Amino acid sequence: MADASLPATALADSDAANPAVGRAFGLSASATLIGIAVLVAVAVLSAISGAAGLPVSGIFAALFDWIPLLGVESSLSATQESILFEIRLPRLVLGMLVGGSLAVAGASYQGVFRNPLADPYLLGVSAGAGFGAVLALGFGLDLGWGPFDTVPAAAFLGALVAVLASMGIARGGGASPATLLLGGVAMAALFSAAQTYAIQQLDENRAREVLSWLFGQLNTTGWKEIWLLLPYVAVCGAVLFVHRRHLDVLRVGDDEARSLGLDPVRSRLTVIVAASLLTAAAVSVSGLIAFVGLVVPHIVRLLISHSYRVIVPLSALVGAAFLAFVDIGARTLLAPEELPVGILTAFVGAPFFALVLWRDRWSTT
Amino acid sequence: MSSASLLEAPPLAPALRCRDVRVSFRDHEVVCGVDLELAPGEWLGIIGPNGAGKSTLLRSIIGLTDFLGTVALGDGSAPGAADVALVPQFPVLPKGMTVAEYVLLGRTAHLGWLARESQADRQIVSSVLHRLELSAFADRFVSTLSGGEAQQVVVARALAQQCPVLLLDEPTSALDVGHQVSVLELVDDLRRTEGLSVLAAMHDLSAAGRFADRLILIDHGRIVAQGSPVEVLDADLLSAVYGTPLTVQTIDGELVVLPASRRREKEPS
Repeated sequence: MADASLPATALADSDAANPAVGRAFGLSASATLIGIAVLVAVAVLSAISGAAGLPVSGIFAALFDWIPLLGVESSLSATQESILFEIRLPRLVLGMLVGGSLAVAGASYQGVFRNPLADPYLLGVSAGAGFGAVLALGFGLDLGWGPFDTVPAAAFLGALVAVLASMGIARGGGASPATLLLGGVAMAALFSAAQTYAIQQLDENRAREVLSWLFGQLNTTGWKEIWLLLPYVAVCGAVLFVHRRHLDVLRVGDDEARSLGLDPVRSRLTVIVAASLLTAAAVSVSGLIAFVGLVVPHIVRLLISHSYRVIVPLSALVGAAFLAFVDIGARTLLAPEELPVGILTAFVGAPFFALVLWRDRWSTT
Repeated sequence: MSSASLLEAPPLAPALRCRDVRVSFRDHEVVCGVDLELAPGEWLGIIGPNGAGKSTLLRSIIGLTDFLGTVALGDGSAPGAADVALVPQFPVLPKGMTVAEYVLLGRTAHLGWLARESQADRQIVSSVLHRLELSAFADRFVSTLSGGEAQQVVVARALAQQCPVLLLDEPTSALDVGHQVSVLELVDDLRRTEGLSVLAAMHDLSAAGRFADRLILIDHGRIVAQGSPVEVLDADLLSAVYGTPLTVQTIDGELVVLPASRRREKEPS
């Protein structure tokens, strides 16, 4: 501890002389390293587990074979290699992208709405996406265009319409966090009703297809979904990363934020648009995967820091690891049957959500 | 900090100048044409009853409310968060935010691209905390601080903005008398050592008389008196503006404003 009673000359103006200052700033580097280590461990675990029973040594050899100049030869058969590279790895990568996206979007929403219980589906994203997908599937709309399949495209459009409508409603109310939330509630109710009605009109097979999509799944066709998602992850992720300190400033309220030199309305709008686009993109390839965006930022907050400087980047790592890990369960628990991963995340997330609600010392941060 | 150069600069231009500032809410004018000049290194106190427009005037200077007229720095430019720092009346102290992170908020106007806090940012936070003898508090949560400690941390955040002008909006209204004095003494000390100019809305008239070089008395959005504390802290003037009998006494060379006793008036009846 820097002793305040020491003469001023005894203290240099450095973090070293102020260990508490160093502590207050220095946590994120080690936490980031641990996050990366956990993510790598989950990735390895995911790569070696599955129904096909690929030999572990063969998997590593095949992976290292991929790296040039290493001189390691893959020992897997052609079929095994295609299982690894065309099924298992794409699914792992998709899980990490979706998990990271939802977690970062959740952290961002919690920041802009100054509400720790905000989640990525807040502004009617889920209901809008669901309605879009139901319409496309059920009524044979062909929205496929270029590389985009009908269901993802329709889900994306539905999510976007719902978010824009929520924000349109809120603009009339001054675009405060409260009016935005209420706008989202209104849109979610409207689109959920429309979605339920539309499902009721479907025949049984199509209804089942829609429902399994709504439950959330990480089915891949090669690397296609990943290439679809990647541009959104790159652009929106970068925008949210750059705004992470804005989220800290917003915590002191709009007036003080403005006096500190931030335009709170513009920051909030930018973050909401980026987080919503990211969510819509994730939903369009994976359906509705619940609670990742809610639980992951909370875990980071409880374990590491309440500062969004730390929460936003670490949520990306932890979210990626969390969904990839849960997906291992989804693939293997009932093998050869597969559980929708969204159901498993809800099993983990719902009790956690309840816990957060009950422990009021967590609920007002 | 750029204190030395500020002190050496000849005090030609005012640090801050307001010309005919008017603020209206709906049809009601709350600030009705205020002119003021804040000299470099000066402590200018704004006094007046509740609702006189003190806070609104400060809010218009910092750009938190729309106004007519002009607010300008010495060079004629409009003030921003790198020029004028505000110590709010009731600062928000977010749960789970450390003192160091809170003081870092003062660096918002200097956010670089990628928004990483620079070595310079950390250095400034560290030296501000050291300057205010708050180094040991750096990793404490702001929400767990006492009122006096918290107000010091808010002053620290304002210092981290490295602005030549400090606005205080009744900075001690939530504090007991001991902490009121120590926070005001801290600001006064910073003003002298760092060459800051201070514009402070103050509800404690005796403290205003003690700390301010000059006072402006506002009533119903207009300046009704200005000058040295001895000139403005006049019993008749204050009694009329505050609507209650006040007396001004000199105790140990300091002006003290007290409510006049009404008991004597009541006794004959």
